This record gives sequence, structure tokens and C-alpha cells, in this order.
Amino acid sequence: MLKSRHLLGLDGMEKSEIQLLLDTARSFREILNRPIKRVPTLQGKTVVNLFYEPSTRTRISFELAEKRMSADIVNFSASTSSVKKGETLIDTVKNIEAMKIDMVVIRHSSPGAAHLLSQVLDANIINAGDGGHEHPTQALLDMMTIREKFGRLDGLTIGIIGDVAHSRVAMSNIFGLITMGARVLICGPSTLIPREIERLGVEVYHNIDEVIPQVDVLNILRLQLERQESGLFPSLREYHNYFGITTERLEKAEKPILIMHPGPMNRGLEISSHVADSEHSVILEQVTNGIALRMAVLYLLGGGKSEIH
Amino acid sequence: MKFTKNIKHKHTFQALPGKFILKGARVVDPELNLDEKTDIFIEDGVIKSIEKIDTAGFDGEVLELDGKIISPGWMDMHVHLREPGREDEETILSGSLAAANGGFSAICCMPNTKPAIDTQEIILYIKDRARGSLINVHPIAAITKRREGKELSEVLDLVEQGAVAISDDNTPVMSAEIMRRALEYSRMVDIPVIGYEEERNMAGIGYMNEGYTSTCLGLSGIPAVSEEIMIARDILLAEYCGGRFHVAHISTRKSVELVRQAKARGVNVTAEVAPHHLKLTEDAVRSFNTNTKVKPPLRTEDDRLALLEGLKDGTIDVIASDHAPHSWEEKAAEYIYAPFGVIGLETTLGVSVTELLQKNTLDLNALIRKFTANPYRILGLKVPVIEKGQMANLTIFSTNESWIYHKENCLSKSSNSPFLEEELVGKPFAVINNNQIFKSIL
Repeated sequence: MLKSRHLLGLDGMEKSEIQLLLDTARSFREILNRPIKRVPTLQGKTVVNLFYEPSTRTRISFELAEKRMSADIVNFSASTSSVKKGETLIDTVKNIEAMKIDMVVIRHSSPGAAHLLSQVLDANIINAGDGGHEHPTQALLDMMTIREKFGRLDGLTIGIIGDVAHSRVAMSNIFGLITMGARVLICGPSTLIPREIERLGVEVYHNIDEVIPQVDVLNILRLQLERQESGLFPSLREYHNYFGITTERLEKAEKPILIMHPGPMNRGLEISSHVADSEHSVILEQVTNGIALRMAVLYLLGGGKSEIH
Repeated sequence: MKFTKNIKHKHTFQALPGKFILKGARVVDPELNLDEKTDIFIEDGVIKSIEKIDTAGFDGEVLELDGKIISPGWMDMHVHLREPGREDEETILSGSLAAANGGFSAICCMPNTKPAIDTQEIILYIKDRARGSLINVHPIAAITKRREGKELSEVLDLVEQGAVAISDDNTPVMSAEIMRRALEYSRMVDIPVIGYEEERNMAGIGYMNEGYTSTCLGLSGIPAVSEEIMIARDILLAEYCGGRFHVAHISTRKSVELVRQAKARGVNVTAEVAPHHLKLTEDAVRSFNTNTKVKPPLRTEDDRLALLEGLKDGTIDVIASDHAPHSWEEKAAEYIYAPFGVIGLETTLGVSVTELLQKNTLDLNALIRKFTANPYRILGLKVPVIEKGQMANLTIFSTNESWIYHKENCLSKSSNSPFLEEELVGKPFAVINNNQIFKSIL
């Protein structure tokens, strides 16, 4: 059982809850390989996808997961909405709720936006990314992918590389992986590592070549190009030379390393194309797992009673 | 048409009865070393006697105040009234009623109105709107024209019309040169320059204190050092060129230490702290309640303890609310979009008694000084005293009564308080000033 009616983040979530989500997702993963990929679990339920930030893969992934669960879907994105007319977020969602919806998936640039909705709506809220705070379904699908390859999470060493300071993916991964007993190394320019992050139980590095020999998995974060413009590091060239993941760097490792990236990738910047397309990369499996994982989230929050199989 | 919710009752200041006896309270005036259970007889607003009175046969009104404390009227030297400009959030009248409701008889209003308080016309407007009120409203004028930090405002003129200090509050004076000239120029009229201390290039993109909690919440941080370097700069400037420097809402351990060291060197510096920094820490932001979004931000427990130490050893002279009303619609927004600031006029007394008196950081005399003699002296105003022949300017309150702050009893036009539905110990009962009385409805 999940303790909350909402999925707001992995901070504070218990090991047994994460385990349940990952186990349920594994069951749904099998459904995705069937010729008919649909289950009737959410028939008659309505899910709203509220996207206040541009997103392609997360939105499509949620949408597909909802369709596979037979839910009715409404899509709302900021550019086509009343947001531009000055309506507040609370008014917008109360209006949508008045249309009798059951679940809300929200992506927003403000940390806490999903929390805000959970306080004013009766619907189940799923956080699809709130500013630099959390992106729980991404971290869960990352953990699902790692577990699929290694059969476990505890005892593994995972390196998270790049702009940790502005990454909700990194934060949710850190919360979840530490809870599951993994060792987490983070590595990036010192200006992109947030203060006191060691207190979460991670180890901080600034030299990628010290990290590579230690890890089973590298999760490489997308570098937002505007960080350079705001003066947090001097140039893309220097970033690539010191933190970019290339075959030359990886060849020094004694054992194979699983390569992950939440996308969209800046090929040739944080990750070279050779690495991204290599046999060690599970970047596309992450995408497939994302649908199964999101089906599991919808299933568990929607109180789905019917058998999965 | 009737509304059942959210209608604020009509409350006004009442004329004081011609002959009035305050009976049985503990009367405390730290300035006069007065602390005894006695009666005060007031006639036409003036204190006629301070001694036990037999009320048998008395033809005036008697207010029984057993268990209450009477002190000189309290002053809140850091209040944002939104008139002129945002009267939907607070007016001079509604802010004055909230002040009286919270136990204050005087307030200073900050200049970030629209237009800013940077001309004598605005000062005269404010004084006109506050005329005849129980509350003494003292305007603080802008340091620079339009609070832009570029040219000094007409400080001599503004002071002549009644400004008691200058500040660009809500905006730091980023130019050291302008701050230096402000300190120099204000020496001629002996008023304090109140510093809103934030290095804006560092603090500009932040929403909360920078540290472990901001990392966990993914909110950009406002580092403590962005406050400290500005306080350090302005202490050095005041030391170099004279003038009186007053630090608004001090919030970090190192800031307190800087002021402590400067005072020890004899620099003319004073400091105030806001009650929310005494009760709350950055942990409160985890709720994503936008009433935890303030500037300076809620800091760490270590900073909070340093503020208590600073109050105790006298480094921090004053407690002031930084009452900053914002409309519900603005505060109901997402955390990053909501404006900074909380209201505090009605909870400052309760929070201060709860956190300082009840927990033995300050004794009653010391607590009262932080709201009476100290702010009045900093502003160069006559300190009200409880003495025969003086106009009755009194705050009546209790220090042991528990109560809960409800929106319904709040007389501010806004209700953006982090203390709504919180239990506080120590409650305002009434204020008397200018031959008027207001009994708190809290």
C-alpha cells in the first residue's frame, strides 16, 4: 500500500512503497509486450495532464500509460490555456475539478506546485516535475531500469553526473536510491553542486575520472544551456572536456557501466554519441519502462482493484 | 444581501471616558523603574494619579484589569501600509486598526508605497489620513528618489514634514557611494538610515535561505552572506563618515556578530529583528506555504538562536513586525510566483511573549524596552512614560493567556500570516492613546 493518495515526491517515501511501485511496474512491463496492450483498470476515470512547462517525452509517456489503462484523458498545456489571461493556478484547477476529474498529472516550473494542488483538490495528484524539486516518476523508472539489469539496487554504486543543482531528476534519484540502499556519487562543476547535499548521504566529486572506476551505473544529466549564460560555468567546451562522458573515459573502467540519461540529450556535450548509442546504453529502455512505471503509479493511486494479469 | 464568511466586523477607536480608572493591573515602566500592582486614574486622556484608588462613589468608568500588565504604549517601527497604491491590501486606517488590535499605539510606515514616500506631499497625505487616530503614524521616507538608489531624496524637507528615518526598504541601496552620502547627509538632521541589507546580485534569484533545505526543495537560495556583506559594508561606512545606521530585520548569526563587534567599537549602529525570525526556521518552507516566503528568508535554527542571544545581550535593540500585507490572490500563487512578506502587527506581541518571555530569553522589563524606549530613542522621539501629568499612552496585555490567531479576528485587510490557527501565549488586551481606547478583538 502507498501511504499517500498522491505521488508528490520520493523524499520521505518508504522502501516498501518504492518496492511496491517497482514490482507493480514490472508486471505492467509484461503487458507492454502483448499484442493488445490495454487493461480496463481505469475505465470510466478521467485523468488531466496539466503541463505548465514544455515537455514532450514525459507528457507522451503519461498519456500512453493512461490510454493503456483505459482512462479518459484531457490535455492542458499552458500555451493554450487561460494562464495567459492571468487566471491563478488554483482557479484553473478548481475549474477543471468542477468538470469531475479523478486524477491530475502536473508539470510546473515552481517547486511545490503539486503540493499546492494536493491541498486544494480532492483528486489524486501526480507530480510530473516541479521546478528543481522532484520528478518522482523519472527516478522510479530509472530505478526500475537499474533493477532490471542488476536484479537489485542495494549495494550498487550509481554516479549522477552534471547539473545536480538544477535537476529534479537528480534529487528524486538521490532520495530514492539512498532509501533503497544504493551508494550515490554525484559529480559536476562545483558551481552546479547544491550546498550541503552531502547531508543526504551522497558523496561529492568534481573529477569524473575518479568516479568512473567506482560505479555500476552512470546517470548523465542534461545540461541546460542557459546555465552557462548565467555564469555558472565558463564554456560548453570546458564542460565537455572535463565532465563529458566519452568512450575514451569509459574504456579505462575495468567492468562495464550501465549508461543512462533522462533525455533529451545534448549529444557531444554531456554525452558522446558513441556512448549514447553503445550496447551499454539503456536510454531507450528507460523510455519504455517509463510507460510501465507510470501505469503502475496510476494503478496504485487510482485504487485499481482488478487483477493485473 | 448577507455574507456569512470573511466579513471583517466594523471596529473603530473609541473615545476614552472623561474619567477613567484602570484598576488592579501590574503597571510596568522600565524607564521609571516602576513595577507595581496599582491603579491609574485618567482624566481627559491625561494621567492624573498612579496609586491605589477606592472606587466607591466614583462617577467615571472603571476597567478591571486584574492579571493584566500595563506598560507604556508599544511602537512597531517597521510596518508596510499599502496606501497610497495598494489600498486593497492595507490602508492607513486598516493598518492602524490592526496595530491597535495587536497592542501598538504607534507605528512607522515604510516608503515602498506607490508613489514612494519621497516627497513632502506624500508625508502630508499620510499625516492627514492618520489625523485624529489613536495610532501615531510616523512615516519613514525614501533614501533615494523613487527608491531607485540613484539620487538622494530631499531628506531635510522630508524630515521637516515629519519623516522620522530614511530607508529604501524592500530595495537595498546597492551603491556604496549613495549609501555613504545618505549617512553623511542625514547627520544634519540626526535621523537613522535604515538599511535593507541584501546584495541583490546574489540574492536576486532566490526564494528561501540557501542551504540543506533549499537543496532538498529545489528552490534557489538566498545566502546568508548576501545579507552579511551589506551589513559589514554599511557598518564600515557609518564608521568612516558618521551618521546613524539601523539594520532592518537582521536574520543571521554573522550579521548579529557584525553588529555586536561594531557596537563594541563605538560605531553608531542599531538593529531590529522580526518576530517570524524568532519563531520559525527554514524548515517551515517544507510545507510550501507561501506565508513562509519572506525577505530576509527564514534561516536556520543556529541563526535563530543567535538572534535570541543578540536580543538578550542588547546587540539587537528592537523587535518590529515587518508587517507586509499581500492580497490572497497573490499569496495563493505558486511558491516562486508569490510575493515576499507576511503580516505581523497582530501577532508580534504574542510571538514575542511566547518565544522570549515564556522561554526566559528576556524578562518583562527587557521585553517592553524592545518595543518602547529603544525604538523611540532610535527614531529621536520622546519616549512615552507612565507618569502623572503625561498623556496616557498605554499598552495593556497579558503574558500568560493562550489564544489562537483566527482570520476572523484579524483587522488587517490582508491575512497572509504564518501564524494563522497557531496557539500563542501572551495577548494584547487594549491600547490607550490620544484620549482614545481600542480593545483588542483577538
